[in-house]
Amino acid sequence: MSEAQDYKYIGQRTIRPDGYDKVTGRANYAADLALPGMIWAKVLRSPHAHARIRSIDTSKAEALPDVMAVATHVDIPNQANPGAINILAKDKALYHGHAIAGVAAKTEAAAEAALALIEVDYEVLPPIMSIEDAMADSAALIHEDLITKGMAEQPTSPSNVSSRMEMNKGDVAAGFAEADVILEREFRTPTVHQGYIEPHACTVRFDEDGQSMIWCSTQGHFGVRATTAALLNLEHSKLKVIASEIGGGFGGKTVVYLEPLALILSKKSGRPVKIQMDRDEVFKASGPGSATRNKVKIGAKKDGTITAMEAHLYYESGAFPGAAPLGPGCMTIFTPYDVPNQYVEGFDVVVNKAKVAAYRAPGAPQSEYACEMLINELADELGIDPIDFRLQNAAKEDTQTLYGPKLKAVGLVECLEAAKNSAQYKSALEKNQGRGVSSGFWFNIGGVSSVIINMNEDGTGTILEGSPDIGGSRASMQMMAAEELQMPTDTFSAIIPDTAHIAHSDTTGGSRTTFATGMAVVEAAADIVTQFKERAAAVWNVTPEQVEWKDGVAINISGDGKMTAAEICAAAGRTGGQITGLGNINARGAGPSFAVHIADIEVDTDTGKSDVIRYTAIQDAGKAIHPGYVEGQYQGGAAQGIGWALNEEYIFNKDGLLENPGFLDYRIPLASDLPMIEAIIVEVPNSFHPFGVRGVGETGIIPPLAACGTAVSKAIGIRMSELPLSPPRVLKAILEA
Amino acid sequence: MVSVVFEAPDSIEGAVNLLANSKIKTNVLAGGTDLIIQMQGFKEERLVVDVKKIPSMMQATLSDDGLSLGPSVPCAELTAREDIKDVYPGLVESAYLIGSTQVQGRCSVGGNLCNSSPAADTIPALIANNAQCVIVGLNGERSVAAEDFVAGVGQNIMEKGELLAKINIPRPAANTSDAYLRFIPRTEMDIAVAGAGVSITLDADGTCTAARVVIGAVAITALLVPDAAAALIGTKLDDGALQAAADAASAASKPITDRRGTVEFRTHVVGVLVKRAAKIAAQRAGV
Amino acid sequence: MTKSHITATINGDVREFLCEPSDTLLQSLRDELGLTGTKEGCGSGDCGACSVTLNGRLVCSCLVLAVEVDGAEVGTVEGIGEPDKLHVIQQKFLEHAALQCGICTPGLIVSTKALLEENPAPTEEEARYYLAGNLCRCTGYDKIIKAVMDAAETMRGAA
Repeated sequence: MSEAQDYKYIGQRTIRPDGYDKVTGRANYAADLALPGMIWAKVLRSPHAHARIRSIDTSKAEALPDVMAVATHVDIPNQANPGAINILAKDKALYHGHAIAGVAAKTEAAAEAALALIEVDYEVLPPIMSIEDAMADSAALIHEDLITKGMAEQPTSPSNVSSRMEMNKGDVAAGFAEADVILEREFRTPTVHQGYIEPHACTVRFDEDGQSMIWCSTQGHFGVRATTAALLNLEHSKLKVIASEIGGGFGGKTVVYLEPLALILSKKSGRPVKIQMDRDEVFKASGPGSATRNKVKIGAKKDGTITAMEAHLYYESGAFPGAAPLGPGCMTIFTPYDVPNQYVEGFDVVVNKAKVAAYRAPGAPQSEYACEMLINELADELGIDPIDFRLQNAAKEDTQTLYGPKLKAVGLVECLEAAKNSAQYKSALEKNQGRGVSSGFWFNIGGVSSVIINMNEDGTGTILEGSPDIGGSRASMQMMAAEELQMPTDTFSAIIPDTAHIAHSDTTGGSRTTFATGMAVVEAAADIVTQFKERAAAVWNVTPEQVEWKDGVAINISGDGKMTAAEICAAAGRTGGQITGLGNINARGAGPSFAVHIADIEVDTDTGKSDVIRYTAIQDAGKAIHPGYVEGQYQGGAAQGIGWALNEEYIFNKDGLLENPGFLDYRIPLASDLPMIEAIIVEVPNSFHPFGVRGVGETGIIPPLAACGTAVSKAIGIRMSELPLSPPRVLKAILEA
Repeated sequence: MVSVVFEAPDSIEGAVNLLANSKIKTNVLAGGTDLIIQMQGFKEERLVVDVKKIPSMMQATLSDDGLSLGPSVPCAELTAREDIKDVYPGLVESAYLIGSTQVQGRCSVGGNLCNSSPAADTIPALIANNAQCVIVGLNGERSVAAEDFVAGVGQNIMEKGELLAKINIPRPAANTSDAYLRFIPRTEMDIAVAGAGVSITLDADGTCTAARVVIGAVAITALLVPDAAAALIGTKLDDGALQAAADAASAASKPITDRRGTVEFRTHVVGVLVKRAAKIAAQRAGV
Repeated sequence: MTKSHITATINGDVREFLCEPSDTLLQSLRDELGLTGTKEGCGSGDCGACSVTLNGRLVCSCLVLAVEVDGAEVGTVEGIGEPDKLHVIQQKFLEHAALQCGICTPGLIVSTKALLEENPAPTEEEARYYLAGNLCRCTGYDKIIKAVMDAAETMRGAA
């Protein structure tokens, strides 16, 4: 399927099926469920970044009349589970905000009051807050038994480095020897947060004899079930997780923070329990994106051929080893370039910060920022246009990646050409304005999705699929079912059932939903087509091979007879039972998505303030099922990346305490901060998906970092290599130049 | 949230009695856009006195003498007053900069002043305009110049039992106008990292005959900088004079490094803002 | 502490409820009145997800005490549009795909309605600055602003 096809139903800008509820306020999110008898829980959190917990005394809190349950680490049934100590700390508080105890009480105010009565004896320890501090010879240890994995020789003593990895292709030494120009730079990025507007929250009820229930917003309710069941020693069949509508995730809601604690408190109190994180708890105690320090070295010949690429990447993992997205960072950094000699070494380092969680193309923004900045500098050094430089070395079909496979058909070249031809790229710049271009690459994943399509007696269908909808995917499921069944889109409703009513689907993430769950929808729809033919054949006394299914109608090709879906479904009881299509798959063949962005930024050189004046986001979608929501992914990723580049960072004081756990001082872009974002959809179909779909959700956050980084550098004539490009940092560079 | 006793008197006298006679700590509630956030951290019981039912607190009256401003007038209402904007464009623009549209629906100049943050937007503009703060207590009324109102970070000179009842801003002299500028990293929503409120009086040939230059967010209180004004007086606000004023402002500033800016950044930028605000004020004065 | 008894007109209906003096309007709307369309994103007036109108003025309900609305008129997202017909603003948000996760949408619908009542013909810049207090993390605001401008034009045409 490599040529463009005309589709009847997909590719339309339909109104999404959950849209009416969302614009009227009827849609129910994590904090919107109240149950009879429900009580409120709050979490006591460490005021220290690093401390030994000598004792916890909850007796005064338990004595308050309105308090119904208190829990600490010892109340977790499966304490040996490695996830337990981030639900409730055991021997050490490892970051500012680390959960120490939970209290459930009849009112929110009583729960708050009870927290103040819990006495914790801390031995405060010096906090480790940066890669340098963590790796210093004299560094205090965060985990006394952490021996670095992946070193050539296993170390004999512990450190704060959890692991090392390396990937090698060709011979970089030889490659650098061939180069006419070699540039080497170090780049730094801060700790950042996904910034979803909806705080984590859940309402749960523990039932001793039947189903326990969790209502929460999550990117993966099966993941919530598995994690919670493991911690509480419950069978999956005894725990039902309902995915509410979700107010943003971007990877941060693939992790479980509150639900196990809430369920323990519910069990202890005998009541349904609601917990909501405050905004400052979200920043302190959920899962931010890794801060990094990345060194990159690239060599090229005068004619623009890149001969060697080398990187040494250091990623913060937060307080628990192995959480950093080091692998993806190493795998993606050089993939936009077809260069025979590439070497990447990476380190996962623990620091006294919250455990890192996925953030939209995890690991790739940080590493690709470093590479793309250096590519732009190298282009300048060689006197080659930055897009032409990329075109000359662009990855394409059959390019051997650093991490193993060869690329199938991909759209990087098409994106670069679209960038070159874009209105923005052809426009002139004025004084104090700079332009930056950047590529981006993300693999996207497939994985397990389970779909049921139930055909109703009136010929309409209900799609049950287990992928929480974080971006409008239900609309795409309707269209894909419609296309396969050749019936109008609004024939189908799309619902995300709880874990008891559908088989496991992997978490919504990795840009997998439209690809993998979409594939499962198509498989289920195809299953229904087969059954429709069988049922019609039975009525006409012919074989199914003698029935054609066209435009929603079964046609007897060996005689007379037409039956609509409604007619077949109305007769289903008599022809063998109700008609249900199944698509339980492990989707393979996810197609990577390349992107190219262009940022134009004007800098007020008296103050260092940046103004994004124009922005274009170009990305390969394979096939855009709903162009409006595909554009939305490009624009949303761009906005997050712009924030990451210009203003967003976690600010810690000298004691390791987070100083800006709120939207006032963790500065995400506002409506007035951004221009319109021109979104251009390129379509190089992914032949492994029935309609050519590639995941699109993640790649878009990658290019803005170097696009903005380069634009600001050009505007002020100084190479900037640390994010964010906040006004104080930019002004300092200007004044010191 | 802590336990709160809530009262909403309908007179200044009623409010003062409540504040003066309270056995527990008191807070005055105007727009609530600072107080309600602060309440989340209160540890003991409070008496909260809502003053929005007191008519004089909610009225803004412009006369030949000047502006008699009720401290609790919502900024959204104040900034919609074209007549007040004509006379005090800088003061109105400082009020307009506080928070979002939603915050504007509630916040007030009086609340901004009494919250006494070093970074408050309206305080430099109030000082630049010679605002007088009328404070009422059990012992009667007193008037304090805006530049003497704030004592420290979140502290002002009002005693227990006193209420800010009115802010009086005299009519500017002929050919006088003002401007307020602040620096924030985004385009809205942020707390000022540096601010400058400037009032300029020009004579017939465009020479500055009087000036008040006030800097904000660069010391524990807003600062009136006579040296910066002196650098402008007698000049036509040429580049040299403006730079001298900027340098004087930078020299007078005593900023800190925090999550919003560094010492060096604030020191430099406040000078830039003084220059820019002075130019705007002069353009407005010259019409 | 005895609770306060509050009577307010919410979306045109006279409603009574109890609250502590320290409760915010946001808490009372969501927990006492069953009006969960108004969302809590930050609790400190920085995100606009809790936007409502109070006596016709756009405010953050997390920065209003519930006791302050005694005798007042409150407008929430639930009061916008009819049971069988969306308001133009709501319709345009859907048509332009101006929402992804939708958590900021109720606040934006309320704020956009307030904007267009005050200024029926905003420029793009005016719309962006008016709505600066409504944070969105999903869309990058592009389609939101397009929906707002389109709604404004449609409403002017119908006027």
